[in-house]
Amino acid sequence: MTRPRVLAAMSGGVDSSVAAALLLEQGYDVIGVTMQVWPDLSPAEEVRRGGCCSITAVNDAQLVADALGIPYYVLDMQEVFERTVIDYFVREYARGRTPNPCIACNKFVKFEALLQKALELGCEYVATGHYARIDFDQDSGRYRLWRSADRRKDQTYALYDLRQEQLGRTLFPLGGLTKPEVRRLAEQFGLVTAHKPDSQEICFVLDDDYGAFIEERAPETVVPGPIYDLAGRRIGTHRGLPHYTVGQRRGLGISADEPLYVVEIRPEDNALVVGRADDVFAAGLIAEDLNWIPFATLDGPRRCTARIRYNAREAACTVFPLPAGDGGALEGPGGGVDHGGGARRAVVVFDDMQRAVTPGQAVVFYDGDLVLGGGTIDRALRADEAESLAARAGAVTVPGTV
Amino acid sequence: MRDTGRIYLDHAATTPVLPEVARAMHEALLEGFGNPSSVHREGRRARAAVERARRQAAALIGADPEEIIFTGGGTEADNLAIQGAAREAGAGAHIVTTAVEHHAVLDACEALESEGYRVTVVPVDGDGRVDPDDVLAALTPDTVLVSVMLANNEVGTIQPVAEIARRARERGVLVHTDAVQAVGQIPVDVNELGIDLLSFSSHKIYGPKGVGALYVRRGVRGRLKPLVYGGGQERRLRPGTENVPGIVGFGAACEIAARDLAARAGQERRWRDRLIQGLLEAIPGALLNGPAPGQDGAAAAGGVPGLDGRLSNNVNVSIPDVAVDVLLAQLDLEGVAASSGSACTAGSVRPSHVLRAMGRDLDAATHVLRLTVGRSNDDEQIEQALEIIPRAVARLRRAGRFTVQRG
Repeated sequence: MTRPRVLAAMSGGVDSSVAAALLLEQGYDVIGVTMQVWPDLSPAEEVRRGGCCSITAVNDAQLVADALGIPYYVLDMQEVFERTVIDYFVREYARGRTPNPCIACNKFVKFEALLQKALELGCEYVATGHYARIDFDQDSGRYRLWRSADRRKDQTYALYDLRQEQLGRTLFPLGGLTKPEVRRLAEQFGLVTAHKPDSQEICFVLDDDYGAFIEERAPETVVPGPIYDLAGRRIGTHRGLPHYTVGQRRGLGISADEPLYVVEIRPEDNALVVGRADDVFAAGLIAEDLNWIPFATLDGPRRCTARIRYNAREAACTVFPLPAGDGGALEGPGGGVDHGGGARRAVVVFDDMQRAVTPGQAVVFYDGDLVLGGGTIDRALRADEAESLAARAGAVTVPGTV
Repeated sequence: MRDTGRIYLDHAATTPVLPEVARAMHEALLEGFGNPSSVHREGRRARAAVERARRQAAALIGADPEEIIFTGGGTEADNLAIQGAAREAGAGAHIVTTAVEHHAVLDACEALESEGYRVTVVPVDGDGRVDPDDVLAALTPDTVLVSVMLANNEVGTIQPVAEIARRARERGVLVHTDAVQAVGQIPVDVNELGIDLLSFSSHKIYGPKGVGALYVRRGVRGRLKPLVYGGGQERRLRPGTENVPGIVGFGAACEIAARDLAARAGQERRWRDRLIQGLLEAIPGALLNGPAPGQDGAAAAGGVPGLDGRLSNNVNVSIPDVAVDVLLAQLDLEGVAASSGSACTAGSVRPSHVLRAMGRDLDAATHVLRLTVGRSNDDEQIEQALEIIPRAVARLRRAGRFTVQRG
C-alpha cells in the first residue's frame, strides 16, 4: 500500500514544523523542503536579515526534519522568486502602488513553481503551515477556501488568488487549529522550533523599510518630488514615492495645524497628495484581476464583507461586477484593461466609508468564513464616483454613501 | 557501518573514514591525549604521533617531513599559500591563477584584490585545461605566486602543472597547486611537479574532516606570512595546539592511500568509464563535461598505466532540461547520493563557474550531475546506478509542466 506523498514547505518556524509533523501522523509520506529564494549572503548580511529563508531557517528546518525522520532538501527558487515576487514588488512601487508580495509568492512560487517540483518528485500535494482551510464541494465540483479556526492568525487574505488546480493540490494541516494549540503540539512533538517567535515582516525587506529596499533595487524610481494639499497647493517635498503609502502620517516632514496623511500617490507627476484625517476615507474602490473561488464568475451584485489590508477589519459591502470594457471613464493612465473571460473587474461599495483604500493592495471578499475571492485594488472611489459606477453596473441604490 | 542499500557516488565531496583510520584516531584520542609541546612523557607521546603522521603525509607526495605544515584542511592550506605569499610580498604583489580553481583559491584571490593586490585569472579550453603559455604570458615583474590546481574538483581535468612550474620558477615566481582532489587519486610527487607549495586534505582520502596540509618546499617558508599568530607550532606558519587525533587519522589515511593507489585507480577508472558511457547512452540530451576518457594525459597523470587526463573517479554530465535540485532529491530518495558539482553551496543551484569558463551555456552549466566513485562502491552498485539515474531523469521529464489557468 503506498501512502500519498506530500512535499511539506518548511521555513524553520513553528507552524510549518508542526504542519509536517501532523502530516506524518496522518500517514502521509512526507518530504520536507526549504525554498532558497535568496543568493548566498555574506555573514554580515546573513545576521542582519535572519529572514524566512536564511541559513538559520535552513538549519532549523533540517533539525526538525531529522527529528521527524523525513527526507529534507533545499530547493532552489531564486530565479522564479526574483521574477515573480521581487520584480513585481519593485514594479508596483514604481507605479505608485503598495504591493503585497506574500500574495505573489503564494500564487507563483509556493503553489506553482514549488508545486511543479513536488509533482516531479512524485508528490500529490504541497503542504504549508498557513492558517486556512480547504474543502471540496460536491455540488459545485469546486474547491473552497475557508478562514482558519484561529481568526487572529487567519491567512486567507494572502491566499485568495489561488486557482482551483492549485487548491486541489494544497494541504493546510493547521487550518483547524489555533496558534496556542500549534505551540502545544510543537512541544508534544518535541520540536526545536516550539518556542521560536512568530515572524511578521515581509521576508526579504529589512526592518520593514520598503523605501530603502526599492532605493537599493531601483534607485531611478525613488526621486524626490512635490507634496500637494487637496487644493493643489505645493506644501512640501517628498523623499521619493516608494517611501509612502496611503494613510501614512509619519515621515511627511510638514508642520501643519492638524495632522496630515497621504491621500493619494500620483506617479504621473511624481506627486504626493496629502489631506486631513477625514480625507483618507473612501466610499468604494475598483478592483481588478479578480479571482473567484466557490464559483467561476460573479454575474450580479453581491453582498459580502471585504478586507482591504492584511490585518484590516472586514467591512460590509456590495460588489458590482463590471461588464467587459466598462469603467473606462474612471480609469487613470495605465489603468486596467479587461482581460476577457468574464468580469475580472468590479466596483466595491462599502456600507461605511473605509480608511486608507490603497491601490496595489488586495481586496478579499468573505461570506462568513467562506472566502469568495478577491482582486487587486486599482483605485479608491469618492462617494459620487462609487454611486454613479455602481448605478451603471448594478442599477441599485448604493447604501451608505451620503 | 554504512546505510544498507545506499549507493554513495559523491567521493569528491568527502569520503567515508576507513576503519584503520578510525582505530588510529581512537587510540590517539584516548591514550595520546598529551600536548605535543609539553616536555613530559604524555607530551612526547603525542609529539611522536604527530611526527609519524608528518612522515606518512610527506611520503604520499614525495616530500620531506619538515616540508609538511598541518592545517585545518584544504581550504586553509590554499589560503595560507595564497594570502601568505601575497601578504609577505606586500602591497602591489600580483597573483596569477585560473578560472576553474576551487572557491578556496578564487575567493582568497578576490579578498586580496579588494585590499589592493592584483590578480590575473587565466582562461581554460573546452575541456577545462589551462595552456601553460597563457599562464606564462600573464606573469609580470610584480608576480609573486602562480596558483594552478592539479586536478579539477568538478570535471576532473588534470592540469599541466609540471610544465607551468618549470617555466614559472625560472622567473623566480612561487608556484602553488591545489592538489586536494588529485592526492590519493593519481601519483603526486612534489619534485616531479616542481612546485613550491601544494595543498591536500584528509577527508578526501578516507581520513577525518578538519585537517589537511600545506607542503612548503624547503627555503620557501620565509616567503609566507602566517594567517594566525600564537605559538611556535608548525614552524610558526600555523600556530596553535595540534589537532592530534585528526593529524594521526590523516597520517594513517595517507599511508593507506599510497599503498592502494595503483590498484584503486584502475578499478575506479573502469567504473568511471562505464558510468560515462551508460549515462550518455541512456539519457537523451546529456553532455559530458571535461576530457573524454582515454584522451591522452598519461604524462599529467604521472605516467601510471591506465590513467588519462581526467581524474579516475570523476563523471560530470549536463542535463540541460532537468531541474537538478529535484533530480538530486529524487536520486537521494532512491538511494543514490550524487551532487551537482561542489558541495559548498547546498541547495543553491547556481551555474558552475568551471563549466562557464569551459564555454558551456547557462542551462548546461546549471543543470549538472556529478558522480564520483570510490572505495564505497562495487560493480553491482555501478550497474544499479545506471538503472536508477536514467529512470529518474525520464520521470522528471514526464512530469511535464504544472500550468495554472489565469483569466
